[in-house]
Amino acid sequence: MGFSGLSRLLLMYIQITIVILPIFILITTVRSISGDRDNHILEYMLSFPISLKQYYWGKIIGRFITVYLPVLFAMVVAIVYGAVKGALIPWNIFFLYTGLLFALSSAFLGIAFFISSFVKSSEVALGIAFFVWIVLLAFIDIALISLMMQQRFNEELILIIAMLNPMEIFRVAAISLFDPELTVMGPVAFYILDSMSQGVFVFISIAYPLGVGLIFAFLGFKIFKNKDLV
Amino acid sequence: MIKISNLTKKFGAHISLDNVNCELNKNESIALMGANGAGKTTLIRSILGYYHPDGGEVLINGVNPIKNRMQVLQEISFVPQLPPPIKLSLYELMQYISISAKVDKELIEHYANEMKLDIKENMHKSFFKLSGGMKQKMLIAISLAKNSSIIIYDEPTANLDPKARDDFYRLLKQNEEEKVLLFVTHRLEEVKDLVNRQIYMDLGKVVWDEKA
Repeated sequence: MGFSGLSRLLLMYIQITIVILPIFILITTVRSISGDRDNHILEYMLSFPISLKQYYWGKIIGRFITVYLPVLFAMVVAIVYGAVKGALIPWNIFFLYTGLLFALSSAFLGIAFFISSFVKSSEVALGIAFFVWIVLLAFIDIALISLMMQQRFNEELILIIAMLNPMEIFRVAAISLFDPELTVMGPVAFYILDSMSQGVFVFISIAYPLGVGLIFAFLGFKIFKNKDLV
Repeated sequence: MIKISNLTKKFGAHISLDNVNCELNKNESIALMGANGAGKTTLIRSILGYYHPDGGEVLINGVNPIKNRMQVLQEISFVPQLPPPIKLSLYELMQYISISAKVDKELIEHYANEMKLDIKENMHKSFFKLSGGMKQKMLIAISLAKNSSIIIYDEPTANLDPKARDDFYRLLKQNEEEKVLLFVTHRLEEVKDLVNRQIYMDLGKVVWDEKA
């Protein structure tokens, strides 16, 4: 495939992150509110004078710390290990990749809270979360190429779908940080990187998922506030 | 204190509360009774501001519990029928209550001791790991320490042994003045000596309301 050693290892790590991190966040977070509702924790905890805003955003911050801290910790361990081994630490890549992980975590945390705010039971929440994950996973480059290009879909449509998918954006940005020449990135990724500079794309890759996460979290809060609490 | 006017709550096609009108006043101890599905829990949850009514309203001291939930909930203590499986330790739970409702932690400890629950020994244990009786005692201690003008108990003695029930009734007697006590119960004989009003609900309506 034209690459080996560290690049292969990094690529594997990125691919695993794309698959594992979103589903880990969705599955562990989607039951935050619906689970509390199911087992009557919400009924008791909200009988004290705290605002719904405090409860909801407090939950989000708590969950974010829980899911993001292990990822950050793994990054720090890698840095320490590299430093001990005498390797030159690429700090710019470290901060950008940490930012990408932060943004990806935010996107799926927001989506998870959005789902959690309107479903009545944890089982339904899990089902929806899994469906969201599988759909987004299907629309990374591979599916875009194999299905959409074969079916002669409009190129711009393919590009828009790719750019709307936080998982695809993370994938392209993360791989491009390490090696933008890798062929496994796929044609859509090459097309995106040809359309804009890498710097602009990495900025979009951090800003867009963050925005998605915040929008879904706000929508979730609106629903949580305006419907029956238990 | 609690004014319920033309309150209607539907869940899909099912009418859980059907045009309920009721006033609960200071110094009243009320037994709220009725068969399963009569609408007791829906009524309590409406008082706590959890449900958006389909018609009518609930006012607590003239204030809407949905629009001004923090102000209203400062005045209400609530103990559910089954203690929820809260993962917080007793210390963290007390911290949450102390910050949110400005309840003195020492007062919680005082009432817990009165209920024969040793908080200090269990301080760092998860709430859900306590026995059913211990959890119920803790929730009762919190409800009393909060010193609210409205106390709502949903089958509060379900998990308590006879001695703990006696402690609970004794503490309630000491704390009932100038308050509204609302007991949801299926066993009137248990709270008969405490209550001075009985409300019976059926099919979402108040069908019987008698003051002693």
